[in-house]
Amino acid sequence: MEKRAHFSGWTLPLLLIIPQMAITVIFFYLPASQAIWQSFLREDAFGLASEFVGFENYSAVFEQPEYYRAMITTVIFSTLVAFFSLAVALLFATQADKSLRGGHGFKTLLIWPYAVAPAIAGVLWMFMFHPTLGILGRPLNVMGFNWNPMLDGKDAMILLVLSATWKHVSYNFLFFLAGLQAIPKSVIEAGAIDGAGPLRRFWTIIFPLLSPTTFFLLVVTIVYVFFETFGIIDAVTGGGPAGQTTTLVYKVYADGRSGGDLGLSAAQSVVLMVIVIALTAVQFRYVERKVQY
Amino acid sequence: MAYLTLVIGVILVAFPVYIAIMASTFDTATIINGNMPLTPGDQTLENYSRALFYGGKTAREPVMGMMINSLIVALGIAFGKILISILSAYAVVYFKFPFRKTAFWVIFITLMLPVEVRIYPTYKIVADLGLLDTYSGLVLPLIASATGTLLFRQFFMTIPEELLEASKIDGAGAFRFFKDTLLPLSMTTIAALFVIQFIYGWNQYLWPLLITTKSSMQTIVIGIKKMITTTDALTEWNIAMTTAVLAMIPPVLVVIFMQRLFVKGLVETEK
Repeated sequence: MEKRAHFSGWTLPLLLIIPQMAITVIFFYLPASQAIWQSFLREDAFGLASEFVGFENYSAVFEQPEYYRAMITTVIFSTLVAFFSLAVALLFATQADKSLRGGHGFKTLLIWPYAVAPAIAGVLWMFMFHPTLGILGRPLNVMGFNWNPMLDGKDAMILLVLSATWKHVSYNFLFFLAGLQAIPKSVIEAGAIDGAGPLRRFWTIIFPLLSPTTFFLLVVTIVYVFFETFGIIDAVTGGGPAGQTTTLVYKVYADGRSGGDLGLSAAQSVVLMVIVIALTAVQFRYVERKVQY
Repeated sequence: MAYLTLVIGVILVAFPVYIAIMASTFDTATIINGNMPLTPGDQTLENYSRALFYGGKTAREPVMGMMINSLIVALGIAFGKILISILSAYAVVYFKFPFRKTAFWVIFITLMLPVEVRIYPTYKIVADLGLLDTYSGLVLPLIASATGTLLFRQFFMTIPEELLEASKIDGAGAFRFFKDTLLPLSMTTIAALFVIQFIYGWNQYLWPLLITTKSSMQTIVIGIKKMITTTDALTEWNIAMTTAVLAMIPPVLVVIFMQRLFVKGLVETEK
C-alpha cells in the first residue's frame, strides 16, 4: 500500500498537514479529553472549585432511573428503525434489481429523501399526523383511535419511527441495490435450474450473499438512530411527552441545557463515546474483511 | 409486480413532501380547519413571498436570510473540508516526514466520534475563542473529521507511481506535481466529496442550535423549528410548510442532478 516514490524534505509536508491537525486538536481532541477529564470531577454548587471523585459520576449516572429509561428508549427506537428501514429498503432494492426498464428512474425517485434534513423530515410527518389538523392524524381520531403524539408516549414514538425510517430507507436502498447488482447472475440461474422457486432463491442464495451488506447497514443505521435523529426528536417531541422519547444523546443535550451537573453530563458523553467506538470498531473489522462494492 | 411495488414505494416516499407542498399553497385558516384539499390552493405567491421576505409571525426573521446563512455554512463546510483534507492527504501519501504514521492515526481516530458526543466541551472551546454566533464557529468544528482525508488518501494510492517519477524527471517540484497532475486527476473525487459535504452542512441541526443565539445567524433548519413550537393554535402551518419546502429544495436538487457524484461520494466516504 505504501508509495515508494516520495518527495524529500519535511517542512512542506508539515505545513500541508498543519491546518487539519490544528482543527482536529482544537475541536476534537481538546473537547473529547475535557469531557473525559470532567467526568472524573465534581464541581461545587457555584462552579468555583472542583475535586477529583474517580468513578463517582459514572455510578451516579447508572443510578438514575431516567438513564435506564433513555437507554431502553434508545434500544426500542433503534431496533424499530433498523428493522423497518432495512426491510423496506431490501424489498424496494430487490424489485428495482428485477425491473430492467426504468430501473434508473426509480433509483432517483427513491433516494432523494437522503437529502432532507432530519428535523425537516420530522416536521413533515408531524404535520401529517397532527391530531387535529393532520391529513392522517385527524381521520385516526375521527375513527376513534385517540391518536395524540403530543400527549401519548407510544404515539410519539410511532411518529419518530415513521419519520426516521422514511428518511433512512433511501440510504439502505442504495447500498442494497449495489449489493444485489454485484451478485453474479449465474449463481441465481444455477439455483433456478436446480428447481428453487423465486422465494427459495431469495432466502437461500441472495440473502446469505447480501449478509455483509446487511450487517454493514445495520451498524450504520444504529449509528444514524443514535446521533442523526437528534433533529427529528427535537423538532417533533422535544424528548416528551414526559421524557418518554428521550434517547441517550437527547438526554446529554437536555441535561446540559437545563444547567445540570457538568460531571454527570460529561460521564454520559464518555459512555456514548465508548458505545460509538465499539460500534465503529465492529464495523471496521467486518467491512475490511468481507464487504465488497 | 416489481413495477407495482416500486410505484407504491415512490408514492409513499413522495407523499409527505407532496402534502407539505400543498400546505404551502393555502392560508392558515384552511389548514387549521383540518380539511385541507389535496389539490393546490391560491395562496402560493403570498406564502412564499411572506416567508422569504418577512418570516413567521412569531420568529419574524426572513427565510431568505436563513437560507443565505445555510448556504454559507454548507459551502464553508464543503470547501473547508476539501481544502484541509486534500492537503493533509497529499502530505501523508507523497512525503516522508517524522511522525507521518502518528499524524495519520491522529486524524484517523476522529472518524469514530461524531460531534454529538462532545457538544458541551466543544461549545465551551468555541465560546472561549469568541466564535459563538459566527460563521467560523458554525463551520470549523464540523470539518474536524477524517472522512475527507481518508477518501483522498485512498484515491492517491490508486495513482500510478510512474506519474510522480515522470514529473520528477521533468523537473517538477512538489507544488507543480500537485497543481498540474494530482489536482486535475482528483476532480471527480473532489466533486463527490463536495456533494456529500454540502448536504451534510445544509442539514446540520444540533450544532447551529447550540451556538447561534442571534436570530440573524440562524440557519433554515433551525428557523423552521422556531415556527412550530409556539403555542399550537398560533402556528402558521402554511408558512412553516413553505419554509420546509424551501429548506428541502437545494439539497434535494443536488442529489437529483448530481446523482452519480452523490452515489460515488456516499459509497466511498462510508468505506
